[in-house]
Amino acid sequence: MLYNEPNPLETRVLTKRFGIPNSEKAEVYVANGGYQAFLKATGMPPEKIIEEVKVSNLRGRGGAGFPTGLKWSFVPRTSPKPKYLICNADESEPGTCKDRLLMEYDPHQLIEGMLIGGLAVDSHKGYIYIRGEYRYLITMMEHAIDDAYAHGWLGKNIQGTGFDFDLYVHTGAGAYECGEETALLDSIEGKRGVPRMKPPFPAVAGAWGCPTLLNNVETYSAVPNIIRDGGAAFAALGTPKNGGTRLVCLSGHVNKPGVYEIPLGYPMLEFIEKFGGGVRGGKKLKAVIPGGSSCPVLTASECDIIMDYDTLAKAGSMLGSGGMVVIDEDTCMVKAALRIMRFYAHESCGWCVPCREGTTWLRKMLQRFHDGMGQASDIPIIGQVSKNMLGRTFCALGDAAAMPTISIVEKFREEFEAHLDGRPCPYEHKPAMALA
Amino acid sequence: MTFSPALEARFAKLLTIYPEGRQRSAVVPMLMYAQDEVGCVTRELVEEVARRCGVQPMQVDEVIGYYSMLHTKPLGKYHIQVCTNISCLLTGGEELYEHAKKTLGIGNKEVTPDGLFSLEEVECMGACSWAPAVEVNYDFHHHVTCEKLDRLIEDLRKLK
Repeated sequence: MLYNEPNPLETRVLTKRFGIPNSEKAEVYVANGGYQAFLKATGMPPEKIIEEVKVSNLRGRGGAGFPTGLKWSFVPRTSPKPKYLICNADESEPGTCKDRLLMEYDPHQLIEGMLIGGLAVDSHKGYIYIRGEYRYLITMMEHAIDDAYAHGWLGKNIQGTGFDFDLYVHTGAGAYECGEETALLDSIEGKRGVPRMKPPFPAVAGAWGCPTLLNNVETYSAVPNIIRDGGAAFAALGTPKNGGTRLVCLSGHVNKPGVYEIPLGYPMLEFIEKFGGGVRGGKKLKAVIPGGSSCPVLTASECDIIMDYDTLAKAGSMLGSGGMVVIDEDTCMVKAALRIMRFYAHESCGWCVPCREGTTWLRKMLQRFHDGMGQASDIPIIGQVSKNMLGRTFCALGDAAAMPTISIVEKFREEFEAHLDGRPCPYEHKPAMALA
Repeated sequence: MTFSPALEARFAKLLTIYPEGRQRSAVVPMLMYAQDEVGCVTRELVEEVARRCGVQPMQVDEVIGYYSMLHTKPLGKYHIQVCTNISCLLTGGEELYEHAKKTLGIGNKEVTPDGLFSLEEVECMGACSWAPAVEVNYDFHHHVTCEKLDRLIEDLRKLK
């Protein structure tokens, strides 16, 4: 059973097989058009595979939105070192719950995407790094992999093509930071998940010092569709430079929260209305976090835009990981900022000072504010400390903590002012409970 | 230390899936699977995993402090994890967590005296579109209300 009703307005490309029973069986996947793209790709030169992915305008679905084909072309396929393929299934950006569905309802689509990635960069070994909380998915993915081996879709000389590929599952153990690609690499090597200095980028020196292709679950899952129907067809679904569809995880104050697949470029307000059934209880929209908690928030008046990477960037935010959180008029934005900061302070790995100290102090300041003990002079300091983290850390966690905070302070300053002088939170009947 | 045949088989496989000489990679997965059987990450387990992976016990200790799902103290038989991150917060996750504290009579990361339940306020666990969410051990529960949580706890009590 699916977690939420699909919407007839969806453009189902990656999710078209969702709901077919026994999805972990390779033969079910094959009976529904699966593994044909892999067979097609075995007849293509690797450059042509990468070219198709480039033409598709597929961009990384994990959050950064980097062009996938370009990333693939960075892996030195003639390197004498072994090359590894890693799938980032450490889905932990607050607001995001789509990779879960791709693994649960169509695990072989992911396997096929990784096989094609293996052909493209001459890799013969892959790992799917799944967050520890998703234990049931680790089991399901292992069943799917076992079945793929049993039916000759993994292992030696796959389907007589001469191509070998082994695929394994690696469990995470609860750390948001490990979703950052270089921290994930340290984690898979058995260490604390601490980000690495870049360059060198993982494409050149990744897992165990070898060239590594690392993509998100949704990114790999898009690939079989691109190879089967051609990159141009996938690109045509979206907007220029923003190809295809993506799974948007709608949550928060909407009537019908859920994960829906829509083409890039879909209008945001229309999405909230037609898919989400509008804001709950007929209330007014106050703000939207467009792509996971690390994205700058948009006020209601800024939401009349289409959803693709470039438009969101122009609006001062990000499409991120597709975790769209809708916030209604009765929500305290100071509390929202505090909760987001509590998360980043908890998840900061402590490796670099601006993030470790910045997130902790910001959490304390926001807590004090929400408790009614803030001072007017704190408001600019919150913004200033956030800006001092921005771009000054090894990885994007510092930015992820800073960006939503800066936007909330700038766009909802009056809500901070409403908490001044010992006044209780105007959105709660009683003074807020201590959270930290 | 010896483990169940199923876990031994898993360990044996884990030691083969990483490149030659890179068995340190198996440390975290071994701890994750073993703590379910042992109850928590004990000193003995640390040394056993270190021995099997060919690393120093200190290298194992190093990761334990980092990963939030590795526990050095036993949890309750049913570990109730309530998410209060943004999507759950907006849909009542905080009230749910407060309710769970009252119902179970314990605070964050505490265990009931009978050892049946433990409680943890957790960060986003990837159930945002079906919030608020609770995970009991490894089972997800979506759209949880205070009443639903009470019923769940009652059912688990009966199961023992």
